[in-house]
Amino acid sequence: MADETKEITKKEAHTPKGTEQISARRLFRPDVDIVERKDDIVIMADMPGVGKDSVDITLENKVLTIYGKVDAEIPEKHKLYISEYGIGDYQRVFNINEEIDRDKIEASVKNGVLKIILPKSEALKARKIEVKAEVAEA
Amino acid sequence: MLWSDLERLGSFWDPWQEFERMRRSLFGDGRTSTIVEFPAVNVWVKDDSAVVTTEIPGVDPKSVDISITGKSLTLRGSREPEKEQEEDTYHRRERWYGQFSKIIDLPFNVEADKVEARFKNGVLYLELPRAEAEKPRKINVKSE
Repeated sequence: MADETKEITKKEAHTPKGTEQISARRLFRPDVDIVERKDDIVIMADMPGVGKDSVDITLENKVLTIYGKVDAEIPEKHKLYISEYGIGDYQRVFNINEEIDRDKIEASVKNGVLKIILPKSEALKARKIEVKAEVAEA
Repeated sequence: MLWSDLERLGSFWDPWQEFERMRRSLFGDGRTSTIVEFPAVNVWVKDDSAVVTTEIPGVDPKSVDISITGKSLTLRGSREPEKEQEEDTYHRRERWYGQFSKIIDLPFNVEADKVEARFKNGVLYLELPRAEAEKPRKINVKSE
């Protein structure tokens, strides 16, 4: 493509109907890549401003919630001159349909990117389903 | 005046609210739906310096090119996509990758030698002091 302009905006998170944000902080929905590999599923989420100590990951039943808290450095005594993006925390919720080995979940944060590795459970990998061929009566 | 609220440092000063209030005064509604060229930047200004922040997660800070010409700040960098294996299936592919090049117009000329850049958790912070020759000078009025 000759046109190299990227149009990317930060997306506001949708809070489920009825729930409200208590704080004045905005909440954003991080962009993610989800790739299913042979033995695991990898989720990578862009959460600039989030360090490894400010990430919250919970897996309850089959719902995975990722939450990243941002500690924004707002310059004192300066006036805002150009503002192209808002600052706030990140949240996204996923339904995990695969069988996951919960004890072996790994998560790491580097340069504002959260990487979660969800290993597929052994039971799923080893399961072989035999299909018996039916022989039609002549 | 809105800016006087900055003086109100103390337990009741919420930097988040202050930031949102400043944004609203710039755009009028608090929710901007403008699409901007990647990466999005915020620029803060006072008499003798500017601070530019931008979110570039996953980018190697050593590969970012920062250059200044007069009042123009140019940021260049790139992010490679993850290496793919044969059996990989992408269920979502939303994250950007590729190269970016962005020009930001500052309100004054910058002392290029004194620029400081920091990169933390995917956020790039640039501190840009105003060029000496340009700094506002106080002019004393002599009375006859």
